[in-house]
Amino acid sequence: MATRAKKSPARSAQTSAAKAPKPIQFTKEQELEAYRQMLLIRRFEEKAGQLYGMGFIGGFCHLYIGQEAVVTGMQMSLKEGDQVITGYRDHGHMLACGMSPRGVMAELTGRRGGLSKGKGGSMHMFSKEKHFYGGHGIVGAQVSLGTGLAFANRYRDNGNVSLAYFGDGAANQGQVYESFNMASLWKLPVIYIIENNRYAMGTSVSRASAETDFSKRGISFNIPGIQVDGMDVRAVNAAGDEAAAWARSGKGPMILEMQTYRYRGHSMSDPAKYRSKDEVQKMRSDHDPIEQVKNRLIEKGWSTEDDLKKIDKDVRDIVADAADFAQSDPEPDASELYTDILL
Amino acid sequence: MPVDILMPALSPTMEEGKLSKWLKKEGDKVTSGDILAEIETDKATMEVEAVDEGTIGKILVAEGTDGVKVNTIIAVLLGEGESADAVSAPKAAEAPAKVEETPKQEAAPEKSAGSVPAAPKTEVAADPDIPAGTEMVSTTVREALRDAMAEEMRRDPDVFIMGEEVAEYQGAYKITQGLLDEFGSRRVVDTPITEHGFAGVGVGAAMTGLRPIVEFMTFNFAMQAIDQILNSAAKTLYMSGGQMGAPMVFRGPSGAASRVAAQHSQCYAAWYSHIPGLKVVMPYTAADAKGLLKAAIRDPNPVIFLENEILYGHSFDVPKLDDFVLPIGKARIHKTGTDVTLVSFGIGMNYTVKAAEELAKLGIDAEIIDLRTIRPMDIPTVIESVKKTGRCVTIEEGYPQSSVGTEIATRVMQQAFDYLDAPVLTVAGKDVPMPYAANLEKLALPNVKEIVDAVKAVTYTA
Repeated sequence: MATRAKKSPARSAQTSAAKAPKPIQFTKEQELEAYRQMLLIRRFEEKAGQLYGMGFIGGFCHLYIGQEAVVTGMQMSLKEGDQVITGYRDHGHMLACGMSPRGVMAELTGRRGGLSKGKGGSMHMFSKEKHFYGGHGIVGAQVSLGTGLAFANRYRDNGNVSLAYFGDGAANQGQVYESFNMASLWKLPVIYIIENNRYAMGTSVSRASAETDFSKRGISFNIPGIQVDGMDVRAVNAAGDEAAAWARSGKGPMILEMQTYRYRGHSMSDPAKYRSKDEVQKMRSDHDPIEQVKNRLIEKGWSTEDDLKKIDKDVRDIVADAADFAQSDPEPDASELYTDILL
Repeated sequence: MPVDILMPALSPTMEEGKLSKWLKKEGDKVTSGDILAEIETDKATMEVEAVDEGTIGKILVAEGTDGVKVNTIIAVLLGEGESADAVSAPKAAEAPAKVEETPKQEAAPEKSAGSVPAAPKTEVAADPDIPAGTEMVSTTVREALRDAMAEEMRRDPDVFIMGEEVAEYQGAYKITQGLLDEFGSRRVVDTPITEHGFAGVGVGAAMTGLRPIVEFMTFNFAMQAIDQILNSAAKTLYMSGGQMGAPMVFRGPSGAASRVAAQHSQCYAAWYSHIPGLKVVMPYTAADAKGLLKAAIRDPNPVIFLENEILYGHSFDVPKLDDFVLPIGKARIHKTGTDVTLVSFGIGMNYTVKAAEELAKLGIDAEIIDLRTIRPMDIPTVIESVKKTGRCVTIEEGYPQSSVGTEIATRVMQQAFDYLDAPVLTVAGKDVPMPYAANLEKLALPNVKEIVDAVKAVTYTA
């Protein structure tokens, strides 16, 4: 795992390449914001895992635990109006966008108070208000759609940027490259964030990808790419700032390869036998994104253990409330079966 | 031996064109590859190249001549030492006449009623959506589609069109002719050849509230994009609990053109009609093409708008109205009748109208319903008609299994069983990939005789 953004061959191969973002130090407020946000995602996902085990959540449920720094750092680089779109591992993205934990959890349990009235489920949630465009269950589809969001921003000349998240697995889909081509051709304000968590379901990157440096995937389209330590929220945010400025200034898309790691299986039903327990444990103990922030807050004397426990408690309360709501809220009315098909 | 220079065909469906300009004159020496003339159709402009060396002996068709049939001798090329006098006048005179008798569509060795009939001239029943006394203008389907898009783009700045060759080339089938000039490259967007990708880009733009028209050069190519059409465009409204959807149009030609074989000849009406969250429109006349495309562009849902390459050049009366918008989901009674209900749509109407004329000669008065919209399907209009006639035959070019016709047959059976005097019969394309050979292609498509036979069967007049 890289500990800071490193110079990739992708950049040296191009004239218009992005420079490696300078390491940045967070202010106390930024550290606390990141800590709280990442902790919310982690506790939320742990609770979702519990509810799944208890049978309250059905179908597929893909947890984001371990990858929290990616979406948290990127969100800190956005401005009001910027859009986010992602694939099926989407709970963290929605919380980071400010969507209600109650609404997300109740959608997971398929209740009427869910963000999609219980009709979308884990992989399909949206929020026009928070500029979150899903939540897509077809691997790679969100990349073309996210490029379309950027197309709309350009069409409207509104200065907004879209973020299209996808994984190392989706990075091998054909439409990703069709989208890269158009985005670069038309200089669309889109940031492609490849969340490389090393495994496409059970297939490691090296078993699925001829080129495992995903920051290079845009070379043929003149899209600059940066490899980022996706476990360090500061590195993510620095790269995000750089990419957002690049896209907003009309230079077109940028690729950010976030080197990250998911602690849990691909989905709840994944025993994760394709990797060792040691590998997971080492990542948790040495690179955990939340622990990194926590340690800095303590070391710098910005927070005491008690301060952080207070945040922990607040977050646990929010998640407990969301879980209670998601279990007590009624299922959708039967009449909802036939609504929202056509306008 | 003088060499005849023939009027070339620019496309599989071209039957005639305009000889717009001669670039050589009689007496000019030419070598192979020289541009001799320019010809144009409503679809494209092309240059005629010399194949052989020689001297232009006689120009037989003057520049500016319209309606020159394919294969007409337009000039004669003389070899070394040959003179223009060798070109006998009668030969030149008889050639065009001969060609006229065998237009391209009929040129296949085996003649049958199965060839695509030329646009018939049946009296069309009055359309209740067109006010009586409205001035009608003869318009091709191609122009009607273009006019619809242009009008809607003038009306709503959020409407734009994207697709392959829609802008600078003026449309692969010239449907977008002139749009780039009027609306500029921001709103008339040439895409790379990347259907899956640009369909997704269109859906993404629509999710923000823009109103894209995504043109597929043909719907055969939309197979590469069908995931975005179904999984993203059609389902997002439902999956988002009504928060956002895809207000957009996917349009382009669907179905068989002429001699383009299996991968380019397939009707997608039944395919898309299977999907909740989509509307599916397939017009036959130019008026319907215009009124329904305008409606599709305004519709807040994703609309699949299936056109037909052969119909593009056909002319129909289009009402001269400032804002002619037709309701999606409403069938049109093309011709009233009492003895049998014929239900068709799109190019299928071409066979159906012709068949009704044949049936009239047999004393059978057919009612023709043009569905116009496949989803939502206007079954009440069909049922009303069947209650009157007691018999129903459906006609389409698509494959027979799980077809639009079988859907109609099912609904009629379920909703009007007691009114039926015979089983509903379905006339469709054959259950084979479209062959290339002219005779086999004809056999694969439905034909007028099959419709007449089906009607005879359900009316027990065989």
